[in-house]
Amino acid sequence: MTRGTSSVGTGVVAASAKSEAAEVAVKGNGWTGLIPIAIGILIALVLHFALPAPQRSYNTQILQIIGIVIVLAVSLNIVNGMTGQFSIGHAGFMAVGGYTAASITYYGSMLLWGSTTKHGGFLGSGDWLFLGSCLAGGLVAAIAGYVVGLPSLRLRGDYLAIVTLGFGEIIRVVLQQTGPLIEDVEALRSVGLKQLVPPPLGGSLGFSGIPKYTNLFWVYSILTITLVVAYRLKSSSAGRSMISVREDEIAAQAMGVNIARQKVTAFVVAAFFAGVAGGLFAHSTGTVSPKDAGFQQSFDYVIMTVLGGRGSISGVTLAAIFLTVLPELLRDFEQYRLIVYALLLIIMMLVRPQGLLGIHEVWEMFNRRRRKAETSGSDVSPAEVGP
Amino acid sequence: MSDFAQTLITAIAIGSLYALIALGYTMVYGILKFINFAHSDIVVLGAWGSYSLSVRILPALGYGLKEVPPVWVALMILLLAMIFCGAIGFTIERLAYRPLRRAPRLNVLITAIGVSLLLQNVGQLSFVFGASPQDMPPLLSDRALATFSFGEGESARQLVIGMVDVVIFATATSLMLIMQYLVFHTKLGVAMRAVSFNTDTAALMGIPVDRVVSFTFVLGSMLAAAAGFLIVMKYPSISQPAHTIWVLLGLKAFVAAVIGGIGNVRGAVLGGFVIAFVEQFGAFYVSSNYRDVYVFTLLILILLVKPSGLLGSTLREKV
Repeated sequence: MTRGTSSVGTGVVAASAKSEAAEVAVKGNGWTGLIPIAIGILIALVLHFALPAPQRSYNTQILQIIGIVIVLAVSLNIVNGMTGQFSIGHAGFMAVGGYTAASITYYGSMLLWGSTTKHGGFLGSGDWLFLGSCLAGGLVAAIAGYVVGLPSLRLRGDYLAIVTLGFGEIIRVVLQQTGPLIEDVEALRSVGLKQLVPPPLGGSLGFSGIPKYTNLFWVYSILTITLVVAYRLKSSSAGRSMISVREDEIAAQAMGVNIARQKVTAFVVAAFFAGVAGGLFAHSTGTVSPKDAGFQQSFDYVIMTVLGGRGSISGVTLAAIFLTVLPELLRDFEQYRLIVYALLLIIMMLVRPQGLLGIHEVWEMFNRRRRKAETSGSDVSPAEVGP
Repeated sequence: MSDFAQTLITAIAIGSLYALIALGYTMVYGILKFINFAHSDIVVLGAWGSYSLSVRILPALGYGLKEVPPVWVALMILLLAMIFCGAIGFTIERLAYRPLRRAPRLNVLITAIGVSLLLQNVGQLSFVFGASPQDMPPLLSDRALATFSFGEGESARQLVIGMVDVVIFATATSLMLIMQYLVFHTKLGVAMRAVSFNTDTAALMGIPVDRVVSFTFVLGSMLAAAAGFLIVMKYPSISQPAHTIWVLLGLKAFVAAVIGGIGNVRGAVLGGFVIAFVEQFGAFYVSSNYRDVYVFTLLILILLVKPSGLLGSTLREKV
C-alpha cells in the first residue's frame, strides 16, 4: 500500500488539541452542551415564522434545500472526510430514508385521517407523525449503513467506492421494481399480503403525493442537531479514532484503535442522518423517485466534501451552500454546471488536495494565523502537512 | 435448448465486449493502482466518435447512411476511433493523472471521477455530441450466418448466429490476442509488467516509467474505443454521453476486472465472460429487471470471499 504516510497522525494531533477546549466546556456542566442546539432551534423557529412558507416563496424553498443538502454533505463527511472511507453511495441511504419516511406518512395518514393531505397545524399530530417517520427513515438507513459498512472492513479505497456505488445502484433498481401506490383508503384498509409484494412504493414513476410537512423549522432544527453531533463526534475520542483510521489504518490499529468498529460506526451515523435528510427531502418536494438513489446524486455530495475539506464540518457546510446556490445563479448555464464542477474537482486535487479548509474549521483558520504571527512560525502547524 | 444456446451466443458476444473494456481497467489498475473512472467515458467517446465519423465519412465517400458500405469503411472508422480515443487517453493521463503520481490514491480516484464527469458533460454539449440519443448508420449487415432449427410444430425454435455477434467476438478476440502478445512477448510488455510489479525498482532498472504509463493508457483507451465501436454495431441506438447506461457498462466491466483479479490481464478476460454469463442467464432465466443487481451481488460476494479475484494473487500489506 502506498498511502500518504507523510501526514501520519498529524490530523490526530490537531483533533486532540482542539477537543480539549470542547471537552472542558462539556464537562463543566452537563447542560451547557445543549446551548448550541437550543440556539439552533430558536433560529429555526425565527426562520419558520419570519419567512413565507416554502410553497409560496421560491427563496424559502432554496433555503430549505440548502439545509437538507448540508445535512447530507456533513453526514457524508463523517465517512469520507473523517474516517477516510470513500463512499459514493450516499444518495442510496438518502433514498432508503426518504422512501421509508414517505411510506409511513403517506399510508399512516391515510389510515389515521383518511386522506394524504397535511393534518394538523404547527407541531400538530401530523407534524409528529412526520418527525417520527423521518426518524424511522434514519433508522432504516442506518441499518443499511451497517450492512454497507461491513464490506469496508475488508475493502479499502477504490474497492469500497465501487461497493457503495453498487449499493446505490441496487437500491435504485430495486425501487424501480416496486408496485404502484395504493391511492384509495378503502383499498388500503382491505389490502392483502398479495398487494404488498412487491411493496407499493410507486415503481419507476416514483413515490408521489407525499404530504408536504417539511418546513424551515424542521429542516434547520435537524440541521442544528446534525452539525452539533458531527462536531461533537469530531472532537470526541471516537472521532479522533476515526481520523486516525483515515490517516493510517495500520498505525491506528497498532495504537489499539478498533478499526472495524470505527468504520462501521461512521457508516451507521452517516447513513442515519442521510436517511433523516431523505425524509425531509421527500416531504419537501412531495415526491421521491428511484433516480434519487443514483450515483449522479451521490457525486454532488462527494464534490461538496472534497471542496470543503475532507473532515472540516464548517468547510463542507460552506461548500454545500455554495454549490447549491451557484446553479441557481447560473440557471442559464445549466449545461455547463457539471463541467464547472468537474473542473473544480480536478483542479482542486492538483492544487489543494486537502480541500479549502483541510480538516480545520473556519474559526480555527483565524486562530492559527494569529498564533503563527505570535510565534513567528516556529511551531509546526499540522495544516502544513497535506495528505 | 435453443433458448439456452441463443442466450449463450449473446453472452459470448457481450462477454467479449466486457473483456475488452475490463482490460483497460485492469492494466491501469495494475500499473497505477487506481480505478480509472474515466475509462467508461472513453468507451462512450469510442461509440460516439464512431457515430460522428460515420455520418461524416459515409456521405463523403458517396455512400448513403442507410446502405451498408464495404467492410474496409467499417475497419477504417474503427481504426480512426481507436486513434482518436488513444490520443484522448494520452492527454488525460498527461494532464490529470501524471501530476498526481505520488499523491494518495484517494486523490487520484477523485480526479478520475472529475475527469469522468468532465468527459460526460462536455460530450453532452450541443456542439460536441449533443444531449439526445442518435441512431448509428449500419456499417455491417446483420444477416444470419447460420440458422439451426429445433423441435417441430408448436415448439419449433430457431437458433440464429448473427453476423454482428460473430464480428464482435472475432474483433475482440483478435484484439485480445494482440494484447496478449504485447504484454507477454515484447520488450514493452516486460516493461509494463515490471512497472506494475514495482514502479520504483523498474525506474531504477532504467525503464522509462512515464512512457510506459502513457503507453498503457493509450492501449487501454484504444481497446475501449474498439469496444465502443462494437457496442454501436450491436445496439445501433446510442444513448447520450451522460446516460446512466454508460456508467453502468463501465462499472460492470470494472466488476469483471475485479472478479478476474485486478491487474491480471487474463483475469480481466475471464471476468468479462463470467459477468456476461451471469447477467445474460440471470436475465433470461430469473428476471431481466434485476440484471444489474446480479452483477453487483456477484461482486460483493467475490470481494467478501476472495478479494484478490479468481486469478489474482494475494498480496500481504506491508507497512
